[in-house]
Amino acid sequence: MKKKILDLTVTANIKLHANYVLIKMTSQEILPEMLPGQFAEIRVDGSPTTFLRRPISINYVDKVNNEVWFLVQIVGDGTRALAKVSAGDVVNVVLPLGNGFTIPEKPSDKLLLIGGGVGTAPLLYLGEVLLANNCKPTFLLGARSEGDLLQLEDFKRFGEVYTTTEDGSAGEKGYVTQHSILKDKQFDMIYTCGPKPMMVSVAKYAKANNIECEVSLENKMACGVGACLCCVENTVDEGHICVCTEGPVLNIKKLLWQI
Amino acid sequence: MADLSVNIGELKMKNPVMTASGTFGYGEEFEDFIDIARIGGIIVKGTTLHRREGNPYPRMAETPSGMLNAVGLQNKGVNYFVEHIYPKIKDTDTNIIVNVSGSAIEDYVKTAEIINELVNIPAIELNISCPNVKQGGMAFGVSAAGACDVISAVRSVYKKTLIVKLSPNVTDITEIARAAEASGADSVSLINTLLGMAIDAEKRCPLLSTVTGGLSGPAVKPIALRMVWQVAKAVKIPIIGLGGIMDWKDAVEFMLAGATAVQIGTANFIDPAVTVKVIDGINNYLDRHGYSSVKDIIGALEV
Repeated sequence: MKKKILDLTVTANIKLHANYVLIKMTSQEILPEMLPGQFAEIRVDGSPTTFLRRPISINYVDKVNNEVWFLVQIVGDGTRALAKVSAGDVVNVVLPLGNGFTIPEKPSDKLLLIGGGVGTAPLLYLGEVLLANNCKPTFLLGARSEGDLLQLEDFKRFGEVYTTTEDGSAGEKGYVTQHSILKDKQFDMIYTCGPKPMMVSVAKYAKANNIECEVSLENKMACGVGACLCCVENTVDEGHICVCTEGPVLNIKKLLWQI
Repeated sequence: MADLSVNIGELKMKNPVMTASGTFGYGEEFEDFIDIARIGGIIVKGTTLHRREGNPYPRMAETPSGMLNAVGLQNKGVNYFVEHIYPKIKDTDTNIIVNVSGSAIEDYVKTAEIINELVNIPAIELNISCPNVKQGGMAFGVSAAGACDVISAVRSVYKKTLIVKLSPNVTDITEIARAAEASGADSVSLINTLLGMAIDAEKRCPLLSTVTGGLSGPAVKPIALRMVWQVAKAVKIPIIGLGGIMDWKDAVEFMLAGATAVQIGTANFIDPAVTVKVIDGINNYLDRHGYSSVKDIIGALEV
């Protein structure tokens, strides 16, 4: 898939919660094909302490409106500056980058998509693509508190949605790996993205139950195209590999995590 | 359209813009964005005799106007390069130059001997300045005697253009540059990264697995420019200037300070198409000032 450097125009910047914005962008030309799990490197202008682009997952591709969506959590100066864009602003974006999640060859209703916090972002587009491939995805989304559960109505368009919150303000109280759906239903594939400790416990669960599992990594990154070798993850068979090109989605069998 | 061609020893380049080792992969990574054949020279990743895994993650920290890296020369070794990478890139219509790194003189020599046999590699850049590798690398580049030993040894086996990449982590870079010239280097490139560090105050821990790393980006440009200017007065061999070049204007400044060519490094991470913009920008500058050749601005600084 050919990568492009594009000047995209912001069509909307929607504040979803105190620390999260949903930025929608369009282009004069038809946006390139993007796969769920891929990401973009977004240049942040107007922040003197932000030097590098910010890698942000592709949240959704709205083909009808020729839009790409980015769910941004404000964590530092870069994302804070990015979160300030408004409709009409032009943002320089390199995309699509990385590999993407594996789409099953055969229809399946045993696919579980587990997201935590802003890590739910790539699962929305994955849900749509799975549904389009005759699969029935199930979403299990976790957050600290009710307000941190994002885009629930959008997720419901593509499958059943289960939630957990740490404070019990919505869904089941606790962590995603404690949700009753894991006991009540059999799954044969888990896709997950979120904070590393969450992904590690999801990976443990998947391994213990013999379920295929793909995780989407968020290693610190500079170039995004496999040139700088900064974002590496150590693997079972190939040593250090670049998360930006060989990932960000990796099967847990490849990882050296203690699971 | 001015004449942009320059020579570094026997190496003929269509323009003075090169890519810095470790910032442009093997060139292929950037083919979606630009016609890489337009670039004057591509210096590929640091290559060592044996495969190296590099340092543990995290290896990178963003800093104001720059970044620290501690990659540690991750590469699959020179034989892998010869068998798997060289065949794919050897016919690119530009100069493909291999950055040769090591931690012992014999390793540098063996690697240079192997690269010497590759017909379409017209030059090597000898890296005696990597700050991220224990026992070696920079150790050779911080003393004139150390530089002489490794450069002389490589010079005796390497027959094509030999560029030596200098470390800025020294008291007097001109001393090392003179040692490189006396040991048979055809050119010196400078500067490699500056040793730095970054700390997470909240977690009270370093941001790099190696604690210290190499600083690059516009933060280092004034230092790099000063060192190029000093070295230009100290040696007769051509200089390749690098360190924080983000655009054509930065490149012109390095040439005015005495560089015959320049390398673009960290800027490739911010704009994957920056190299061709720098080439076009230099050309416009020359036209605007009535220069017929880019050679006219080398060392043309009026003090």
